[in-house]
Amino acid sequence: MVSFADQLLVLVMLINFIMLGSSRLAFAIRAVAVQGVVLGIIPGLLHPFSGHLLAITVSIILAKGMVIPYLINDAVRKAQIRREVEPFLGYVPTLLLGAVFTALAFVFAQKLPLAPEHRDLLFVPASIATLMTGFLILTTRKKAISQVIGYLVLENGIFIFGLLLAEAMPFMVEAGALLDLLVGIFVMGIVINHISREFSSVDTSRLQALREE
Amino acid sequence: MIHLLVLLPLLGGLTAWLIPSNRLRPLLLPAIALPHLALSLYLIASATPAQHGGWIWLDPLGKITLLAISTLFCVCAVYAVGYLAYRQERSNRVLCLGLLVCLAAMSLVTLCQHLGLLWVAVETTTVSMAPLIYFNRNARSIEATWKYLLICSVGIALALLGLLFLAYATHVAHQDATLLLPDLLEDARLLNRGWLHAAFIFLLVGYGSKLGLAPLHTWKPDAYGEAPGLVGALLAGGLVNCAFLAILRVYQVCLASVAELLFFQQVLVGLGLLSMAVAAIFMARQHDFKRMLAYSSVEHVGILAIGLGIGKGALFGVLFHLINNGLTKGVLFLSSGNIHRSYGGKTTEIVQGALTRLPWSGGLFLAGFIAITGSPPFSPFVSEFSIVSSIFVERRYLVGGLFLLFLAVIFIGMALTVLPMVMGSPRTDLGKSEYHDRLLTVGPPLVMLLVIVWLGVWPPEALLQLLKDGAAMLEVRP
Repeated sequence: MVSFADQLLVLVMLINFIMLGSSRLAFAIRAVAVQGVVLGIIPGLLHPFSGHLLAITVSIILAKGMVIPYLINDAVRKAQIRREVEPFLGYVPTLLLGAVFTALAFVFAQKLPLAPEHRDLLFVPASIATLMTGFLILTTRKKAISQVIGYLVLENGIFIFGLLLAEAMPFMVEAGALLDLLVGIFVMGIVINHISREFSSVDTSRLQALREE
Repeated sequence: MIHLLVLLPLLGGLTAWLIPSNRLRPLLLPAIALPHLALSLYLIASATPAQHGGWIWLDPLGKITLLAISTLFCVCAVYAVGYLAYRQERSNRVLCLGLLVCLAAMSLVTLCQHLGLLWVAVETTTVSMAPLIYFNRNARSIEATWKYLLICSVGIALALLGLLFLAYATHVAHQDATLLLPDLLEDARLLNRGWLHAAFIFLLVGYGSKLGLAPLHTWKPDAYGEAPGLVGALLAGGLVNCAFLAILRVYQVCLASVAELLFFQQVLVGLGLLSMAVAAIFMARQHDFKRMLAYSSVEHVGILAIGLGIGKGALFGVLFHLINNGLTKGVLFLSSGNIHRSYGGKTTEIVQGALTRLPWSGGLFLAGFIAITGSPPFSPFVSEFSIVSSIFVERRYLVGGLFLLFLAVIFIGMALTVLPMVMGSPRTDLGKSEYHDRLLTVGPPLVMLLVIVWLGVWPPEALLQLLKDGAAMLEVRP
């Protein structure tokens, strides 16, 4: 089962590249939803069945696979935008950077003092690579919605690391974290909606009224 | 009993959402805040068992933070009734709901003995505060909200990664990962150095961005500048205290691990000095007095970080300063809210002669300025003095010298903004304002100012004992 989890993690990393390379927002949102669902399945492969596990799996798939994509799609629809037109950094350079970061993540993970049973698994490199992808999207895209997607990918990267420690994160904490993420995205969606109404665009590069003279 | 601290404001939030009347709804804020303060004082005064294994427990550090938060919120709640009476054109449903949910989350922060739960509570304060910054609903406030939301969310996410590293360190050490504070403290010596190191860096960056330590402070001037006065007060006195308590918990783990303490302390001193320097640079020639208050907040989290980094004798001052800074920021933000309302602007070009136009609010703002820059007889003087003297006792002359230099520059910079604001005479072309100083908008900050004087001149014995207990928890025991 653990080897199947590793294959799913490869899929997660491939989705990272899809997101780095795509300019269509609807497509990127669907990709991040698929990534969330894949991540929701993995805990079920690692741990013996229990009510706790079932609850976690169902709530993650529901939240990351359906509710959050719905909220972001809703914001996209209200703001009437389709694609990320002018990123701060082009798609080919970000893809190349993503590849470099992923390679470095593998090198770096080798050097970490991991527990023996985690040494040959993909969890740590996949976590670092996804985290870096999230950062890349956050910093290179102009549209507020792309930044939310970047934040979600970042959160997914952290979640992958958390999979190594399912027993340290009791249900209440995990549920709380998930709920916070949901409410956070909900609030971000509302804010995006207001940004588009106020500036008739969701370009965060237009948010420049506030600075030191 | 202890759960009521969280449940009471949550229930209040639900009620606020259901009350249809915009006029009556704000009355709910003091109706919840006063019992919350009474309950907090009761819990703080009552003796708690020496050690408790559960997730929820009020230790001295939690008590100090709870005291600061509950007092500040109570004063802001009473002020909100008077303030919102002027803002009847706008629905205050989300504001009241957000304030009460935030109070619940802040109370939970003070009670947590499980670092995971603490993280959830801190994240909840971030999310619940975001709609409040956007209360004025204009282009500038939405920009501030977006920056706040994005920077703090990403910061808090990194703190979660730090927590996972910490849990992983315990996993590597004994195959049984935990984030329960007493357990962590017990076997901190066994933890893997590398993971611990990484954990501290991520936790410091994460909670540091929430705290507003330079260079992670960039959202602060915008959020403080655009939020209504009472939200600014809670940001500067409430959320800062919560984030600092989270850092104190990390500090406790460092303390127990022995190996990492020196590294962590040096980073804290460095970031603290940088924060003070940044505040000093941007405070000079600052025309916007709310943004000036934000840089003052950056300065004071810097002072807290330096004090914590010095340790030993400074710890008492740090914990005392936590309370004093929160209350003084309350006076400043509430009175600056009044001035903003009356003048319809927040730059020194528009605001002149506040003492003539608004004698009470102008006077309170001036007194707050004198207090926050650390002048006697106000209590920030006592806490800042004890931090400075401890720096010199520890023979950190360079740190002490820079500290005093920055304090002096900041004092001059702030005075150059504040004095023209309150002195002189108002511009003649300024129209009449609907706002006048009334008991409900002036009384609360006045009470807070009296408390600051009281704490500065004659601090109650019980409070000093509480601060000593808190400092003892952060001291290196051989």
